[in-house]
Amino acid sequence: MLFQAILFYLFATVLIGAALGVVFSRNPVHAVMFLVLTFFQSSMLWLLAEAEFLAIVLVLVYVGAVMVLFLFVVMMLDINVESIQRGLTRYAPLGIGVALLMAVELIQLIWMRSRVDAGATAFAPYPEGYSNTKALGSVLYTEHVYAFEIAAVILLLAIVAAITLTMRKRPGLKVQNISEQVAVRAKDRIRVVKMDAEKKQ
Amino acid sequence: MEFFANLVPAFVWDIWNSLPPLVQYLTIVTWKILFVTIGVILIVAFSTYFERKVIGSMQGRIGPNRVGPLGLGQPFADVIKLLIKEVIVPAKSNRFLFVIAPLLTLIPALATWAVIPLNDWYVIADINAGLLYVLALTSVGVYGVILAGWATNSKYAFLGAMRSAAQIVAYEIAMGFALVGILMAAGSLNLGDIVRAQAGGFSNWFAWPLLPMFLVYWISGVAETNRAPFDVAEGESEIVAGFHVEYSGVAFALFFLAEYANMVLISSLTAIFFLGGWASPLEGLAFLEQYHDLPFIGWVFGGGFPWLFIKMCFFMYTFFWLRATFPRYRYDQIMRLGWKVFIPITIIWITVEGVMAWFEVGPWAGLTG
Repeated sequence: MLFQAILFYLFATVLIGAALGVVFSRNPVHAVMFLVLTFFQSSMLWLLAEAEFLAIVLVLVYVGAVMVLFLFVVMMLDINVESIQRGLTRYAPLGIGVALLMAVELIQLIWMRSRVDAGATAFAPYPEGYSNTKALGSVLYTEHVYAFEIAAVILLLAIVAAITLTMRKRPGLKVQNISEQVAVRAKDRIRVVKMDAEKKQ
Repeated sequence: MEFFANLVPAFVWDIWNSLPPLVQYLTIVTWKILFVTIGVILIVAFSTYFERKVIGSMQGRIGPNRVGPLGLGQPFADVIKLLIKEVIVPAKSNRFLFVIAPLLTLIPALATWAVIPLNDWYVIADINAGLLYVLALTSVGVYGVILAGWATNSKYAFLGAMRSAAQIVAYEIAMGFALVGILMAAGSLNLGDIVRAQAGGFSNWFAWPLLPMFLVYWISGVAETNRAPFDVAEGESEIVAGFHVEYSGVAFALFFLAEYANMVLISSLTAIFFLGGWASPLEGLAFLEQYHDLPFIGWVFGGGFPWLFIKMCFFMYTFFWLRATFPRYRYDQIMRLGWKVFIPITIIWITVEGVMAWFEVGPWAGLTG
Protein backbone atom coordinates (compact mmCIF):
# COMPACT_ATOMS: atom_id res chain seq x y z
CA MET A 1 0.00 0.00 0.00
CA LEU A 2 2.82 2.40 0.91
CA PHE A 3 4.54 1.60 -2.38
CA GLN A 4 1.34 2.41 -4.28
CA ALA A 5 0.91 5.66 -2.39
CA ILE A 6 4.45 6.71 -3.26
CA LEU A 7 3.81 5.89 -6.91
CA PHE A 8 0.54 7.79 -6.86
CA TYR A 9 2.10 10.97 -5.47
CA LEU A 10 5.02 10.68 -7.89
CA PHE A 11 2.75 10.34 -10.94
CA ALA A 12 0.37 13.01 -9.67
CA THR A 13 3.19 15.52 -9.11
CA VAL A 14 4.63 14.94 -12.57
CA LEU A 15 1.10 15.17 -14.01
CA ILE A 16 0.46 18.56 -12.46
CA GLY A 17 3.92 19.78 -13.43
CA ALA A 18 3.39 18.69 -17.02
CA ALA A 19 -0.07 20.28 -17.13
CA LEU A 20 1.42 23.57 -15.95
CA GLY A 21 4.09 23.13 -18.61
CA VAL A 22 1.38 22.91 -21.30
CA VAL A 23 0.03 26.29 -20.24
CA PHE A 24 3.26 28.14 -19.57
CA SER A 25 5.77 26.86 -22.11
CA ARG A 26 6.70 29.43 -24.75
CA ASN A 27 7.26 26.97 -27.56
CA PRO A 28 4.08 25.35 -28.95
CA VAL A 29 5.94 22.10 -29.74
CA HIS A 30 7.13 21.91 -26.13
CA ALA A 31 3.54 22.50 -25.02
CA VAL A 32 2.36 19.55 -27.12
CA MET A 33 5.09 17.33 -25.69
CA PHE A 34 4.07 18.36 -22.18
CA LEU A 35 0.51 17.37 -23.06
CA VAL A 36 1.79 13.95 -24.17
CA LEU A 37 3.53 13.60 -20.80
CA THR A 38 0.28 14.62 -19.07
CA PHE A 39 -1.63 11.87 -20.88
CA PHE A 40 1.02 9.34 -19.96
CA GLN A 41 0.88 10.26 -16.30
CA SER A 42 -2.91 10.10 -16.17
CA SER A 43 -2.78 6.70 -17.84
CA MET A 44 -0.37 5.60 -15.07
CA LEU A 45 -2.85 6.82 -12.47
CA TRP A 46 -5.60 4.80 -14.14
CA LEU A 47 -3.35 1.76 -14.08
CA LEU A 48 -2.95 2.24 -10.34
CA ALA A 49 -6.75 2.26 -10.10
CA GLU A 50 -6.79 -1.12 -11.94
CA ALA A 51 -8.43 0.34 -15.05
CA GLU A 52 -5.84 -1.15 -17.41
CA PHE A 53 -8.05 -1.11 -20.50
CA LEU A 54 -8.83 2.59 -20.24
CA ALA A 55 -5.22 3.38 -19.37
CA ILE A 56 -3.80 1.64 -22.42
CA VAL A 57 -6.50 2.97 -24.71
CA LEU A 58 -5.75 6.50 -23.49
CA VAL A 59 -2.15 6.06 -24.61
CA LEU A 60 -3.19 4.35 -27.84
CA VAL A 61 -5.77 6.92 -28.92
CA TYR A 62 -4.58 10.20 -27.45
CA VAL A 63 -0.82 9.78 -27.43
CA GLY A 64 -0.56 7.51 -30.45
CA ALA A 65 -2.97 9.23 -32.81
CA VAL A 66 -4.51 12.50 -31.65
CA MET A 67 -1.33 14.09 -30.32
CA VAL A 68 0.65 13.03 -33.39
CA LEU A 69 -1.81 14.96 -35.55
CA PHE A 70 -1.66 17.87 -33.09
CA LEU A 71 2.11 17.92 -33.36
CA PHE A 72 1.79 17.73 -37.12
CA VAL A 73 -0.40 20.84 -37.21
CA VAL A 74 1.59 22.79 -34.61
CA MET A 75 4.84 22.20 -36.51
CA MET A 76 3.33 23.41 -39.77
CA LEU A 77 1.89 26.60 -38.29
CA ASP A 78 4.21 29.47 -37.56
CA ILE A 79 2.70 30.48 -34.25
CA ASN A 80 3.40 33.93 -32.89
CA VAL A 81 4.56 33.40 -29.31
CA GLU A 82 3.91 36.99 -28.18
CA SER A 83 0.23 36.93 -29.00
CA ILE A 84 -0.11 33.66 -27.12
CA GLN A 85 1.55 35.22 -24.09
CA ARG A 86 -0.91 38.10 -24.19
CA GLY A 87 -3.77 35.61 -24.48
CA LEU A 88 -2.55 33.84 -21.37
CA THR A 89 -3.05 36.88 -19.13
CA ARG A 90 -6.34 37.75 -20.80
CA TYR A 91 -7.86 34.29 -20.35
CA ALA A 92 -6.30 33.63 -16.95
CA PRO A 93 -9.36 34.71 -14.87
CA LEU A 94 -11.65 32.50 -16.96
CA GLY A 95 -9.25 29.55 -16.69
CA ILE A 96 -8.90 29.92 -12.94
CA GLY A 97 -12.68 30.16 -12.62
CA VAL A 98 -13.23 26.91 -14.55
CA ALA A 99 -10.50 25.17 -12.56
CA LEU A 100 -12.06 26.26 -9.25
CA LEU A 101 -15.50 25.10 -10.38
CA MET A 102 -14.14 21.66 -11.30
CA ALA A 103 -12.24 21.37 -8.03
CA VAL A 104 -15.38 22.24 -6.04
CA GLU A 105 -17.42 19.66 -7.97
CA LEU A 106 -14.87 16.92 -7.43
CA ILE A 107 -14.52 17.67 -3.72
CA GLN A 108 -18.29 17.68 -3.36
CA LEU A 109 -18.58 14.32 -5.09
CA ILE A 110 -15.95 12.70 -2.89
CA TRP A 111 -17.42 14.26 0.24
CA MET A 112 -20.95 13.09 -0.66
CA ARG A 113 -19.81 9.56 -1.33
CA SER A 114 -17.78 9.36 1.85
CA ARG A 115 -20.87 10.39 3.81
CA VAL A 116 -23.12 7.79 2.21
CA ASP A 117 -20.67 4.94 2.55
CA ALA A 118 -17.46 5.18 4.48
CA GLY A 119 -15.65 2.61 2.33
CA ALA A 120 -16.64 4.14 -1.01
CA THR A 121 -13.61 6.40 -1.34
CA ALA A 122 -11.24 3.43 -1.33
CA PHE A 123 -11.23 0.99 -4.22
CA ALA A 124 -11.95 -2.62 -3.47
CA PRO A 125 -9.35 -4.66 -5.37
CA TYR A 126 -10.74 -6.89 -8.13
CA PRO A 127 -10.59 -10.66 -7.73
CA GLU A 128 -7.76 -12.58 -9.39
CA GLY A 129 -8.28 -13.20 -13.10
CA TYR A 130 -10.71 -10.32 -13.53
CA SER A 131 -10.25 -8.77 -16.97
CA ASN A 132 -11.69 -5.34 -17.30
CA THR A 133 -11.42 -5.43 -21.06
CA LYS A 134 -13.76 -8.42 -21.10
CA ALA A 135 -16.11 -6.79 -18.61
CA LEU A 136 -16.29 -3.60 -20.65
CA GLY A 137 -16.75 -5.47 -23.93
CA SER A 138 -19.58 -7.61 -22.60
CA VAL A 139 -21.70 -4.59 -21.62
CA LEU A 140 -20.66 -2.25 -24.42
CA TYR A 141 -22.16 -4.41 -27.15
CA THR A 142 -25.19 -5.64 -25.23
CA GLU A 143 -26.63 -3.21 -22.72
CA HIS A 144 -25.23 -0.01 -24.20
CA VAL A 145 -25.27 -0.98 -27.83
CA TYR A 146 -27.47 1.96 -28.93
CA ALA A 147 -25.40 4.60 -27.19
CA PHE A 148 -22.30 2.99 -28.63
CA GLU A 149 -23.65 2.90 -32.18
CA ILE A 150 -24.90 6.49 -31.95
CA ALA A 151 -21.46 7.64 -30.82
CA ALA A 152 -19.93 5.78 -33.76
CA VAL A 153 -22.33 7.38 -36.23
CA ILE A 154 -21.61 10.85 -34.83
CA LEU A 155 -17.88 10.26 -35.30
CA LEU A 156 -18.45 9.03 -38.84
CA LEU A 157 -20.55 12.13 -39.53
CA ALA A 158 -17.72 14.33 -38.28
CA ILE A 159 -15.25 12.58 -40.60
CA VAL A 160 -17.51 12.90 -43.61
CA ALA A 161 -18.28 16.55 -42.80
CA ALA A 162 -14.60 17.42 -42.43
CA ILE A 163 -13.79 15.81 -45.76
CA THR A 164 -16.66 17.49 -47.64
CA LEU A 165 -15.70 20.88 -46.19
CA THR A 166 -12.11 20.65 -47.33
CA MET A 167 -12.55 18.82 -50.62
CA ARG A 168 -12.99 21.00 -53.64
CA LYS A 169 -12.81 20.17 -57.29
CA ARG A 170 -10.12 22.26 -58.91
CA PRO A 171 -9.98 22.51 -62.70
CA GLY A 172 -6.93 21.14 -64.41
CA LEU A 173 -6.05 18.73 -61.61
CA LYS A 174 -3.99 15.75 -62.75
CA VAL A 175 -5.31 12.57 -61.20
CA GLN A 176 -4.10 9.06 -61.82
CA ASN A 177 -6.44 6.27 -62.70
CA ILE A 178 -4.66 3.37 -61.06
CA SER A 179 -6.67 0.52 -62.60
CA GLU A 180 -6.17 2.04 -66.05
CA GLN A 181 -2.43 2.25 -65.41
CA VAL A 182 -2.24 -1.32 -64.23
CA ALA A 183 -4.20 -2.53 -67.27
CA VAL A 184 -1.79 -0.90 -69.72
CA ARG A 185 0.01 -3.27 -72.07
CA ALA A 186 3.20 -2.61 -73.95
CA LYS A 187 1.47 -2.49 -77.33
CA ASP A 188 -0.74 0.45 -76.19
CA ARG A 189 2.27 2.61 -75.50
CA ILE A 190 5.02 1.75 -77.92
CA ARG A 191 5.11 0.83 -81.57
CA VAL A 192 8.11 -1.06 -82.83
CA VAL A 193 8.95 0.14 -86.31
CA LYS A 194 10.96 -2.08 -88.62
CA MET A 195 13.05 -0.22 -91.18
CA ASP A 196 16.11 -0.76 -93.23
CA ALA A 197 19.42 0.60 -92.06
CA GLU A 198 20.27 3.89 -93.74
CA LYS A 199 23.40 4.27 -95.77
CA LYS A 200 26.08 6.58 -94.38
CA GLN A 201 26.35 9.80 -96.38
CA MET B 1 14.67 -27.68 -13.40
CA GLU B 2 16.14 -30.06 -10.86
CA PHE B 3 19.27 -30.36 -12.96
CA PHE B 4 19.84 -26.59 -12.72
CA ALA B 5 18.91 -26.54 -9.04
CA ASN B 6 21.71 -29.01 -8.26
CA LEU B 7 24.31 -26.84 -9.99
CA VAL B 8 24.03 -24.21 -7.26
CA PRO B 9 25.34 -25.06 -3.76
CA ALA B 10 22.72 -25.46 -1.04
CA PHE B 11 23.70 -22.40 1.05
CA VAL B 12 22.96 -20.12 -1.91
CA TRP B 13 19.42 -21.51 -1.99
CA ASP B 14 19.10 -20.91 1.75
CA ILE B 15 20.06 -17.26 1.34
CA TRP B 16 17.70 -16.93 -1.63
CA ASN B 17 14.78 -18.44 0.29
CA SER B 18 15.34 -16.15 3.26
CA LEU B 19 14.88 -13.04 1.12
CA PRO B 20 11.52 -11.27 1.24
CA PRO B 21 9.19 -12.21 -1.67
CA LEU B 22 9.23 -8.69 -3.14
CA VAL B 23 13.04 -8.73 -3.39
CA GLN B 24 12.95 -12.20 -4.97
CA TYR B 25 10.36 -11.04 -7.48
CA LEU B 26 12.28 -7.88 -8.38
CA THR B 27 15.54 -9.82 -8.79
CA ILE B 28 13.94 -12.34 -11.13
CA VAL B 29 12.24 -9.63 -13.19
CA THR B 30 15.44 -7.59 -13.44
CA TRP B 31 17.34 -10.62 -14.72
CA LYS B 32 14.58 -11.41 -17.22
CA ILE B 33 14.67 -7.82 -18.50
CA LEU B 34 18.48 -7.92 -18.78
CA PHE B 35 18.43 -11.18 -20.74
CA VAL B 36 15.80 -9.95 -23.17
CA THR B 37 17.43 -6.54 -23.69
CA ILE B 38 20.91 -7.93 -24.24
CA GLY B 39 19.46 -10.59 -26.52
CA VAL B 40 17.63 -8.01 -28.62
CA ILE B 41 20.72 -5.82 -28.89
CA LEU B 42 22.86 -8.79 -29.96
CA ILE B 43 20.27 -9.82 -32.54
CA VAL B 44 20.21 -6.24 -33.82
CA ALA B 45 24.02 -6.22 -34.10
CA PHE B 46 24.13 -9.42 -36.09
CA SER B 47 21.12 -8.59 -38.22
CA THR B 48 23.07 -5.64 -39.66
CA TYR B 49 25.71 -8.18 -40.69
CA PHE B 50 23.00 -10.56 -41.94
CA GLU B 51 21.42 -7.76 -43.99
CA ARG B 52 24.67 -6.81 -45.68
CA LYS B 53 25.45 -10.43 -46.47
CA VAL B 54 21.96 -11.11 -47.87
CA ILE B 55 21.86 -7.96 -50.00
CA GLY B 56 25.45 -8.56 -51.04
CA SER B 57 24.71 -12.05 -52.31
CA MET B 58 21.53 -10.88 -54.06
CA GLN B 59 23.55 -8.23 -55.87
CA GLY B 60 26.40 -10.60 -56.70
CA ARG B 61 28.84 -9.16 -54.12
CA ILE B 62 30.58 -10.74 -51.16
CA GLY B 63 29.52 -8.36 -48.40
CA PRO B 64 31.56 -7.64 -45.26
CA ASN B 65 34.48 -10.09 -44.93
CA ARG B 66 37.38 -8.11 -43.41
CA VAL B 67 36.83 -8.00 -39.63
CA GLY B 68 37.17 -11.34 -37.91
CA PRO B 69 36.34 -14.75 -39.42
CA LEU B 70 33.79 -14.39 -42.28
CA GLY B 71 33.50 -10.70 -41.34
CA LEU B 72 31.56 -11.59 -38.18
CA GLY B 73 33.34 -8.82 -36.24
CA GLN B 74 31.89 -6.18 -38.54
CA PRO B 75 28.94 -5.17 -36.29
CA PHE B 76 31.33 -4.52 -33.38
CA ALA B 77 33.71 -2.56 -35.57
CA ASP B 78 30.75 -0.42 -36.68
CA VAL B 79 29.60 0.15 -33.11
CA ILE B 80 33.06 1.18 -31.94
CA LYS B 81 33.43 3.51 -34.90
CA LEU B 82 30.07 5.17 -34.16
CA LEU B 83 30.85 5.47 -30.45
CA ILE B 84 34.09 7.36 -30.96
CA LYS B 85 32.70 9.74 -33.57
CA GLU B 86 31.76 13.26 -32.59
CA VAL B 87 28.09 14.10 -32.02
CA ILE B 88 27.36 17.34 -33.82
CA VAL B 89 24.38 19.38 -32.67
CA PRO B 90 23.38 21.97 -35.29
CA ALA B 91 23.60 25.55 -34.00
CA LYS B 92 20.02 26.56 -34.85
CA SER B 93 18.49 23.30 -33.63
CA ASN B 94 16.37 22.75 -30.56
CA ARG B 95 19.05 21.15 -28.43
CA PHE B 96 16.96 19.29 -25.86
CA LEU B 97 14.52 17.73 -28.33
CA PHE B 98 17.37 16.98 -30.73
CA VAL B 99 19.13 14.88 -28.11
CA ILE B 100 16.04 13.22 -26.67
CA ALA B 101 14.47 12.21 -30.02
CA PRO B 102 16.62 9.08 -30.63
CA LEU B 103 15.79 7.89 -27.12
CA LEU B 104 12.08 8.32 -27.80
CA THR B 105 12.31 5.96 -30.78
CA LEU B 106 14.39 3.38 -28.93
CA ILE B 107 12.46 3.16 -25.65
CA PRO B 108 9.10 1.96 -27.09
CA ALA B 109 10.92 -0.52 -29.34
CA LEU B 110 12.55 -2.14 -26.30
CA ALA B 111 9.65 -1.68 -23.85
CA THR B 112 7.29 -3.71 -26.04
CA TRP B 113 9.38 -6.81 -25.29
CA ALA B 114 7.89 -6.82 -21.81
CA VAL B 115 4.78 -8.65 -22.98
CA ILE B 116 6.29 -10.87 -25.67
CA PRO B 117 6.32 -14.55 -24.70
CA LEU B 118 9.56 -16.22 -25.77
CA ASN B 119 8.25 -19.67 -24.85
CA ASP B 120 5.58 -21.20 -22.69
CA TRP B 121 6.83 -19.61 -19.46
CA TYR B 122 9.40 -16.93 -20.32
CA VAL B 123 7.54 -13.65 -20.46
CA ILE B 124 8.43 -10.62 -18.34
CA ALA B 125 4.87 -9.37 -17.77
CA ASP B 126 2.09 -11.86 -18.47
CA ILE B 127 -0.71 -9.29 -18.69
CA ASN B 128 -4.24 -9.69 -20.01
CA ALA B 129 -4.16 -6.60 -22.20
CA GLY B 130 -0.88 -7.56 -23.92
CA LEU B 131 -2.11 -6.95 -27.44
CA LEU B 132 -3.37 -3.47 -26.56
CA TYR B 133 -0.06 -2.72 -24.88
CA VAL B 134 1.78 -3.68 -28.07
CA LEU B 135 -0.49 -1.45 -30.16
CA ALA B 136 -0.12 1.48 -27.77
CA LEU B 137 3.67 1.31 -27.64
CA THR B 138 4.21 0.84 -31.36
CA SER B 139 2.11 3.96 -31.94
CA VAL B 140 4.27 5.97 -29.54
CA GLY B 141 7.45 5.25 -31.51
CA VAL B 142 6.61 7.86 -34.15
CA TYR B 143 7.36 10.75 -31.78
CA GLY B 144 11.08 10.26 -32.01
CA VAL B 145 11.02 10.56 -35.79
CA ILE B 146 8.76 13.62 -35.83
CA LEU B 147 10.69 15.42 -33.10
CA ALA B 148 14.03 14.59 -34.70
CA GLY B 149 12.83 16.10 -37.96
CA TRP B 150 11.50 19.21 -36.30
CA ALA B 151 14.31 19.80 -33.81
CA THR B 152 16.99 19.58 -36.52
CA ASN B 153 15.61 22.77 -38.08
CA SER B 154 16.34 21.66 -41.62
CA LYS B 155 13.99 21.43 -44.59
CA TYR B 156 15.05 17.92 -45.52
CA ALA B 157 14.69 16.57 -42.02
CA PHE B 158 11.31 18.24 -41.65
CA LEU B 159 10.02 16.78 -44.92
CA GLY B 160 11.16 13.34 -43.79
CA ALA B 161 9.39 13.73 -40.45
CA MET B 162 6.15 14.85 -42.11
CA ARG B 163 6.16 11.92 -44.51
CA SER B 164 6.92 9.49 -41.74
CA ALA B 165 4.16 10.83 -39.48
CA ALA B 166 1.47 10.60 -42.19
CA GLN B 167 2.64 7.15 -43.22
CA ILE B 168 2.76 5.70 -39.73
CA VAL B 169 -0.65 7.08 -38.77
CA ALA B 170 -2.13 5.57 -41.95
CA TYR B 171 -0.65 2.09 -41.58
CA GLU B 172 -1.31 1.87 -37.87
CA ILE B 173 -5.03 1.71 -38.55
CA ALA B 174 -4.67 -1.23 -40.92
CA MET B 175 -2.41 -2.93 -38.38
CA GLY B 176 -4.93 -2.37 -35.60
CA PHE B 177 -7.73 -3.85 -37.69
CA ALA B 178 -5.61 -6.88 -38.58
CA LEU B 179 -5.07 -7.42 -34.86
CA VAL B 180 -8.84 -7.25 -34.30
CA GLY B 181 -8.99 -10.35 -36.50
CA ILE B 182 -6.43 -12.09 -34.26
CA LEU B 183 -8.34 -11.07 -31.17
CA MET B 184 -11.57 -12.52 -32.59
CA ALA B 185 -9.89 -15.77 -33.56
CA ALA B 186 -8.01 -16.26 -30.28
CA GLY B 187 -10.65 -14.82 -27.97
CA SER B 188 -7.93 -13.25 -25.82
CA LEU B 189 -5.67 -10.20 -25.65
CA ASN B 190 -2.91 -12.12 -23.88
CA LEU B 191 -0.06 -12.93 -26.28
CA GLY B 192 0.62 -16.26 -24.55
CA ASP B 193 -3.01 -17.30 -24.97
CA ILE B 194 -2.91 -16.23 -28.62
CA VAL B 195 -0.02 -18.62 -29.22
CA ARG B 196 -1.73 -21.39 -27.23
CA ALA B 197 -4.85 -20.94 -29.37
CA GLN B 198 -2.68 -21.86 -32.37
CA ALA B 199 -1.24 -25.01 -30.79
CA GLY B 200 -1.64 -28.32 -32.54
CA GLY B 201 0.60 -27.94 -35.55
CA PHE B 202 1.07 -26.25 -38.84
CA SER B 203 -2.58 -26.25 -39.96
CA ASN B 204 -3.83 -24.49 -36.81
CA TRP B 205 -1.83 -21.32 -37.38
CA PHE B 206 -3.87 -18.17 -37.84
CA ALA B 207 -2.00 -17.35 -41.05
CA TRP B 208 -4.30 -19.68 -43.04
CA PRO B 209 -7.81 -18.59 -42.04
CA LEU B 210 -6.61 -14.99 -41.72
CA LEU B 211 -4.40 -14.90 -44.81
CA PRO B 212 -5.49 -11.39 -45.93
CA MET B 213 -4.89 -10.05 -42.39
CA PHE B 214 -1.51 -11.75 -42.30
CA LEU B 215 -0.38 -10.05 -45.51
CA VAL B 216 -1.81 -6.68 -44.49
CA TYR B 217 -0.18 -6.90 -41.06
CA TRP B 218 3.18 -7.87 -42.44
CA ILE B 219 3.25 -5.20 -45.17
CA SER B 220 2.00 -2.57 -42.71
CA GLY B 221 4.76 -3.69 -40.37
CA VAL B 222 7.33 -3.01 -43.08
CA ALA B 223 5.77 0.43 -43.63
CA GLU B 224 5.64 1.11 -39.90
CA THR B 225 9.36 0.47 -39.49
CA ASN B 226 10.13 2.84 -42.40
CA ARG B 227 11.93 0.11 -44.32
CA ALA B 228 12.29 -0.25 -48.07
CA PRO B 229 10.13 -0.09 -50.19
CA PHE B 230 8.36 2.33 -47.80
CA ASP B 231 11.45 4.25 -46.68
CA VAL B 232 10.36 7.67 -47.92
CA ALA B 233 11.17 9.12 -44.48
CA GLU B 234 14.84 8.64 -45.35
CA GLY B 235 14.59 8.91 -49.13
CA GLU B 236 18.32 9.31 -49.80
CA SER B 237 17.81 10.35 -53.40
CA GLU B 238 15.34 13.18 -52.72
CA ILE B 239 15.74 14.41 -49.15
CA VAL B 240 19.28 13.23 -48.38
CA ALA B 241 18.64 11.13 -45.26
CA GLY B 242 15.32 12.49 -44.05
CA PHE B 243 14.80 12.91 -40.34
CA HIS B 244 18.31 11.85 -39.29
CA VAL B 245 20.22 13.97 -41.79
CA GLU B 246 22.08 15.92 -39.07
CA TYR B 247 22.61 13.07 -36.63
CA SER B 248 26.05 11.58 -36.17
CA GLY B 249 27.96 9.32 -33.83
CA VAL B 250 26.07 7.82 -30.91
CA ALA B 251 22.85 9.72 -31.68
CA PHE B 252 22.75 8.17 -35.14
CA ALA B 253 23.63 4.78 -33.67
CA LEU B 254 20.57 5.01 -31.43
CA PHE B 255 18.29 5.66 -34.42
CA PHE B 256 19.89 2.74 -36.19
CA LEU B 257 19.45 0.52 -33.15
CA ALA B 258 15.81 1.58 -32.81
CA GLU B 259 15.07 0.86 -36.46
CA TYR B 260 16.50 -2.64 -36.27
CA ALA B 261 14.97 -3.32 -32.85
CA ASN B 262 11.62 -2.38 -34.39
CA MET B 263 12.23 -4.79 -37.27
CA VAL B 264 13.04 -7.62 -34.86
CA LEU B 265 9.94 -6.70 -32.89
CA ILE B 266 7.61 -6.67 -35.90
CA SER B 267 9.10 -9.97 -37.10
CA SER B 268 8.53 -11.60 -33.71
CA LEU B 269 5.02 -10.18 -33.43
CA THR B 270 4.07 -11.46 -36.88
CA ALA B 271 5.45 -14.87 -35.92
CA ILE B 272 3.47 -14.85 -32.67
CA PHE B 273 0.20 -13.62 -34.14
CA PHE B 274 0.09 -15.60 -37.37
CA LEU B 275 2.67 -18.39 -37.31
CA GLY B 276 2.14 -19.76 -33.85
CA GLY B 277 5.10 -18.14 -32.04
CA TRP B 278 7.06 -20.76 -30.15
CA ALA B 279 4.68 -23.58 -31.17
CA SER B 280 6.16 -26.32 -33.31
CA PRO B 281 4.62 -27.04 -36.73
CA LEU B 282 5.00 -30.78 -36.00
CA GLU B 283 2.93 -30.66 -32.83
CA GLY B 284 -0.24 -32.24 -34.17
CA LEU B 285 1.39 -35.49 -35.30
CA ALA B 286 0.49 -38.26 -32.86
CA PHE B 287 3.45 -40.55 -33.62
CA LEU B 288 5.91 -37.79 -32.63
CA GLU B 289 4.30 -37.08 -29.26
CA GLN B 290 6.63 -39.47 -27.42
CA TYR B 291 9.61 -37.25 -28.33
CA HIS B 292 8.23 -34.03 -26.79
CA ASP B 293 10.21 -34.44 -23.56
CA LEU B 294 13.61 -35.30 -25.05
CA PRO B 295 16.31 -33.25 -23.27
CA PHE B 296 17.92 -31.21 -26.06
CA ILE B 297 15.93 -31.72 -29.22
CA GLY B 298 12.47 -31.96 -27.66
CA TRP B 299 11.67 -28.45 -28.86
CA VAL B 300 11.73 -29.60 -32.48
CA PHE B 301 8.57 -31.61 -31.83
CA GLY B 302 7.09 -29.98 -28.73
CA GLY B 303 7.76 -26.31 -29.40
CA GLY B 304 10.08 -23.84 -27.67
CA PHE B 305 12.04 -20.62 -28.08
CA PRO B 306 14.11 -21.86 -31.09
CA TRP B 307 10.95 -22.03 -33.21
CA LEU B 308 10.12 -18.41 -32.45
CA PHE B 309 13.71 -17.50 -33.31
CA ILE B 310 13.58 -19.38 -36.63
CA LYS B 311 10.28 -17.72 -37.59
CA MET B 312 11.64 -14.32 -36.59
CA CYS B 313 14.76 -14.89 -38.71
CA PHE B 314 12.57 -15.77 -41.67
CA PHE B 315 10.76 -12.45 -41.42
CA MET B 316 14.03 -10.57 -40.91
CA TYR B 317 15.27 -12.21 -44.09
CA THR B 318 12.08 -11.06 -45.86
CA PHE B 319 12.81 -7.48 -44.77
CA PHE B 320 16.21 -7.63 -46.47
CA TRP B 321 14.82 -9.50 -49.46
CA LEU B 322 12.25 -6.73 -50.02
CA ARG B 323 14.95 -4.11 -49.70
CA ALA B 324 17.13 -5.77 -52.31
CA THR B 325 14.21 -6.38 -54.68
CA PHE B 326 11.82 -3.42 -54.81
CA PRO B 327 12.28 0.22 -55.78
CA ARG B 328 10.93 2.86 -53.39
CA TYR B 329 7.20 3.51 -53.48
CA ARG B 330 6.02 6.93 -54.55
CA TYR B 331 4.58 8.87 -51.62
CA ASP B 332 1.00 9.21 -52.92
CA GLN B 333 0.92 5.52 -53.78
CA ILE B 334 1.94 4.64 -50.22
CA MET B 335 -0.97 6.67 -48.94
CA ARG B 336 -3.34 5.09 -51.45
CA LEU B 337 -2.22 1.58 -50.51
CA GLY B 338 -2.68 2.27 -46.81
CA TRP B 339 -6.03 4.03 -46.85
CA LYS B 340 -7.81 2.69 -49.91
CA VAL B 341 -6.56 -0.89 -50.12
CA PHE B 342 -5.46 -2.23 -46.74
CA ILE B 343 -8.12 -0.74 -44.50
CA PRO B 344 -11.04 -1.96 -46.68
CA ILE B 345 -9.47 -5.43 -46.94
CA THR B 346 -9.17 -5.75 -43.17
CA ILE B 347 -12.70 -4.46 -42.55
CA ILE B 348 -14.14 -6.91 -45.08
CA TRP B 349 -12.23 -9.79 -43.54
CA ILE B 350 -13.37 -8.90 -40.03
CA THR B 351 -16.94 -9.08 -41.33
CA VAL B 352 -16.28 -12.43 -43.02
CA GLU B 353 -14.75 -13.72 -39.81
CA GLY B 354 -17.70 -12.48 -37.77
CA VAL B 355 -20.20 -14.17 -40.08
CA MET B 356 -18.21 -17.41 -40.03
CA ALA B 357 -17.99 -17.38 -36.25
CA TRP B 358 -21.74 -16.70 -36.02
CA PHE B 359 -22.63 -19.64 -38.26
CA GLU B 360 -19.90 -21.74 -36.64
CA VAL B 361 -18.10 -22.42 -39.90
CA GLY B 362 -14.47 -23.47 -40.15
CA PRO B 363 -11.86 -22.85 -37.44
CA TRP B 364 -14.18 -20.62 -35.41
CA ALA B 365 -16.79 -23.22 -34.70
CA GLY B 366 -17.66 -22.98 -31.05
CA LEU B 367 -16.24 -19.48 -30.60
CA THR B 368 -19.62 -17.87 -29.95
CA GLY B 369 -20.57 -20.42 -27.32
